Amino acid sequence: MNTLTRAGLGLLMTTAVATAQADDVKIGMITTLSGGGSHLGVDVRDGFMLAMNQADRDDLEVLIQDDARRPDLAKSLSNEFMQRDQVDILTGIIWSNLAMAVVPSVVRQGTFYLSPNAGPSDLAGRMCHENYFNVAYQNDNLHGAMGAYMRGQGFENPLLMAPNYPAGTDALAGFKHLFEGEVADEIYTQLGQTDYAAEIARIRASDADSLFFFLPGGMGISFMKQWESSGVEMPVFGAAFSFDETIIKAVGSAAIGAMNTSQWAYDLDNAANQAFVEGFQEAYERMPTLYAAQGYDTARLILSALDKAHPSDKDAFRDALRDADFDSVRGEFRFGSNHHPIQDIHVREVVEGEDGEPTNRLVGIAVKDIQDVYAEQCRM
Amino acid sequence: MSVTLLIEQLINGLQLGTMLFLMASGLTLVFGVMGLINLAHGSFYMVGAYVTALTSVSTGSFPLGLAAGVLAAAAAGAIVELLVIRRLYGRSHLDQVLATFALILIFSEGTRWLFGSSPLWLSPPEALSGSVALPGGSRYPVYRLVIIAVGVVVAAGLYLLIAHTRLGMRIRAGESDREIIGALGVNIRRLYTLVFALGAALAGLAGSLVGALQSVQVGMGEPVLILAFVVIVIGGIGSIKGALLGALLVGMVDTLGRVFLPALFGQFMSPSDAAGAGTALAAMLIYILMAVILAFKPKGLFAAHD
Amino acid sequence: MTRPPSTTAPTAGPPSGSHWLNRRRLVEVALLALMLLAPVAAHLLGEIYYVNLASRVALVAMAAVGLNLAIGFGGMISFGHAAYFGLGGYVAGISAHHAFEGSLVMGLPGSDNMLVIWLAAVLLCGLLALAIGAISLRTTGVYFIMITLAFAQMAYYFANSWPDYGGEDGLPIYLRNALPGIDTNHALSFFLICFTALVLSLALTSRLMRSRFGAALTMARLNETRLATAGISPFPIRLVAFVISAMITGLAGALYADLNGFVSPSMLSWHFSGELMVIVILGGVGRLYGPLAGAILFVMMETLLGGLTEYWQFFLGLVLLGVVLFAKQGVIGWLAGREHHG
Repeated sequence: MNTLTRAGLGLLMTTAVATAQADDVKIGMITTLSGGGSHLGVDVRDGFMLAMNQADRDDLEVLIQDDARRPDLAKSLSNEFMQRDQVDILTGIIWSNLAMAVVPSVVRQGTFYLSPNAGPSDLAGRMCHENYFNVAYQNDNLHGAMGAYMRGQGFENPLLMAPNYPAGTDALAGFKHLFEGEVADEIYTQLGQTDYAAEIARIRASDADSLFFFLPGGMGISFMKQWESSGVEMPVFGAAFSFDETIIKAVGSAAIGAMNTSQWAYDLDNAANQAFVEGFQEAYERMPTLYAAQGYDTARLILSALDKAHPSDKDAFRDALRDADFDSVRGEFRFGSNHHPIQDIHVREVVEGEDGEPTNRLVGIAVKDIQDVYAEQCRM
Repeated sequence: MSVTLLIEQLINGLQLGTMLFLMASGLTLVFGVMGLINLAHGSFYMVGAYVTALTSVSTGSFPLGLAAGVLAAAAAGAIVELLVIRRLYGRSHLDQVLATFALILIFSEGTRWLFGSSPLWLSPPEALSGSVALPGGSRYPVYRLVIIAVGVVVAAGLYLLIAHTRLGMRIRAGESDREIIGALGVNIRRLYTLVFALGAALAGLAGSLVGALQSVQVGMGEPVLILAFVVIVIGGIGSIKGALLGALLVGMVDTLGRVFLPALFGQFMSPSDAAGAGTALAAMLIYILMAVILAFKPKGLFAAHD
Repeated sequence: MTRPPSTTAPTAGPPSGSHWLNRRRLVEVALLALMLLAPVAAHLLGEIYYVNLASRVALVAMAAVGLNLAIGFGGMISFGHAAYFGLGGYVAGISAHHAFEGSLVMGLPGSDNMLVIWLAAVLLCGLLALAIGAISLRTTGVYFIMITLAFAQMAYYFANSWPDYGGEDGLPIYLRNALPGIDTNHALSFFLICFTALVLSLALTSRLMRSRFGAALTMARLNETRLATAGISPFPIRLVAFVISAMITGLAGALYADLNGFVSPSMLSWHFSGELMVIVILGGVGRLYGPLAGAILFVMMETLLGGLTEYWQFFLGLVLLGVVLFAKQGVIGWLAGREHHG
């Protein structure tokens, strides 16, 4: 096919330039450091850099740039990192829509991409690639696990709510896949919506026995505050995206009692996690979030692979990444066939901490060894 | 749909409307008196919310925080007017758009620089955090009713201010002919600073009040800003009355659209598809409303002047 | 009230009676030469990144050339040109998507031929602008600003929640669309395509403004009554200018999608409309080469500041504020001097 050969030629040209390099390893990080939602990017960066600083290697260079949550800027930055700085590894993107803009062309040109957060279904399934690794989760993991947990707890008629965009519809589909029962209703909100009075009235009027919602970032904060003052009595469930330590501090007492699923918790009992939580608090004087944990794990995965191979030896380095030979702060961790995690998803409850502020407390495991459903669409 | 739910949704629309009115009244006042388009109006909303959050946490008093938020927004408005805005009167709308667009960047990123990326905590005071019974057995949050009350008080206050005070007389004179008030010997510079600070204070009040129900974070003013512009354009730019009616119209249409469109689509679609398609149309609804109104009334419903 | 003051009346025609190689012409030639030679030099040095960056500058500049025709020459302050930029992008993305899958879109096959895509993008943007312009041009001043914004917001929310083409996730273009006889994957070749499109859009604007149509458009902006006494209705003149303006911006959008290999609703956001306005004003409103100067400066600031500090947008705001307060003629006015109007 004509277009294919031409694409192949263009590909050869760029990789030829990229491999002629010294021994030092360059890592490019594109993440969201300004504007709305920047606390996620800041946490990924800080977690990542904590691991890098702890490793204290002088043959590593990390370049960091802010994408301001704009797909076209992220795309331009990825060009900058690959074509000018000739990085060996790219990482850092928070949002699925930015990942979709950047990742496919990056990995096709032979650069490794490790996702510390975004895990859209396409990249796990039909668009999976040998140079793409997701260290956090496939987006559905946490939602599906909550579906399984709620079914196990005997809820029969949950009402589901999410913003009307791909990650939102995916979230509800993921939930329903493992809940395997009828739901009371599905409410879609607008992306970036700040007032939920109309939706809360609908929930109150429904006959649902519980509420599951996916409203990441500021949307979740607004909703939880308004939910509390509405006086609706209904157990609330969600994924960790609406209940990270930063968010529940901003929500305050309104978050208490809510259950959420997460692949990580700061009170998970393993040595790697204790070292991480203590180190993070010491370095940045705040509690780590799951995003910080993901940044930390991403860096530690890279470091573990670098001990075995140099990224210029693509096959060896890829194998080293696939081994995931590091102590994850989550405890057990391995990659599935599509380079997405197979991991336990835990349930946490928001409780009042010793300082009177809300915090998450580990309750138990929702699903052991969860793997996304898209792996079977992946031909690598 | 039950009558109870309908009543509750109408109150929700009213509440959204009064919140929009607080934002829109300042915006339309500034445009009416000084002929200035201020994209940075949402920044004062953010300033109000941030200062309220920080003050009420450190003093433990929401009313104190509210007062501080409103004052801080007014002060920020006055300073911005003195340093920047004053040079923009009489310039083209384009220059005003660019300068105030630049102010958004400065305010947003400056706030992030000072206070970090994490959202802040701010909740309604304990006394107002409950809910009251509505006729028909449903309940409604007290705090939202308070916002409606504040909106009504502000609307009445603005009416009295403009219709019955010396300042109001000057504002009206300024709206109809800028040269006349100069001829009357009114200190225009001071009047303009005052009006701009008043507009900022109203935005700050909205931010402080609504911040307790929303996420207090960088960029929180932008979605409200766009809605407030829709409101004043529908109502007729420069008209307080237009802003009030526009705000109520937008609040109602937006709320009821979000409720009824998915239900309507559900009549002939699967529930999932209907929820998606209905929500999509609901998001566009107020812009469709605005386009239709402007197509028939190119100067809005209550044009104050040309 | 929204029309720029007439003392700075912009014109794209040749300055009457002066030598062709005056300061303005020199600056224009220098800008074009910089735009062309910098990426060629980067290519020779093997720095592909800068070639791609130059393509980005050229396309953003071209989108702003389109907007400048509406704002600067036509006095129509559109706050919604992202709608055409995004539509152009989606035409490229959707066409490539269906060509890749071999499926039909509204009964037609997709195509990965850029010529077909450009034609479709220009036509569809023209049609959309015809509809939006016909309604919006009934209003003036701030109402016009806001109604154009309203239409762009509708497009934005529509694209965001329409699942077929990715919604908020956007739509990837796996293989850059093709142009017969040219290797579009080659960075410099693609840049030259963008550069040619930019030069053509500049030439079209210049040609247009020197014609009788341009004279009528200028008159409609400066003195509507005089135009009316000459028996010409300003409405169709403005509408045609608005449509052409949208077509130029739409074509830039189609190319931009191919440059990024990706199209998403963020191309339709009000932030992008605002950015285009900023570029037009930064360069100099109603100056033919203003958008080019503005785009070079804007993208350079974004790239340089972004590498220096996490708070780069703060400093970007300060620079923009400085320009509007102290350099009222924009970069071109500062470089080439005030435009004298004969």
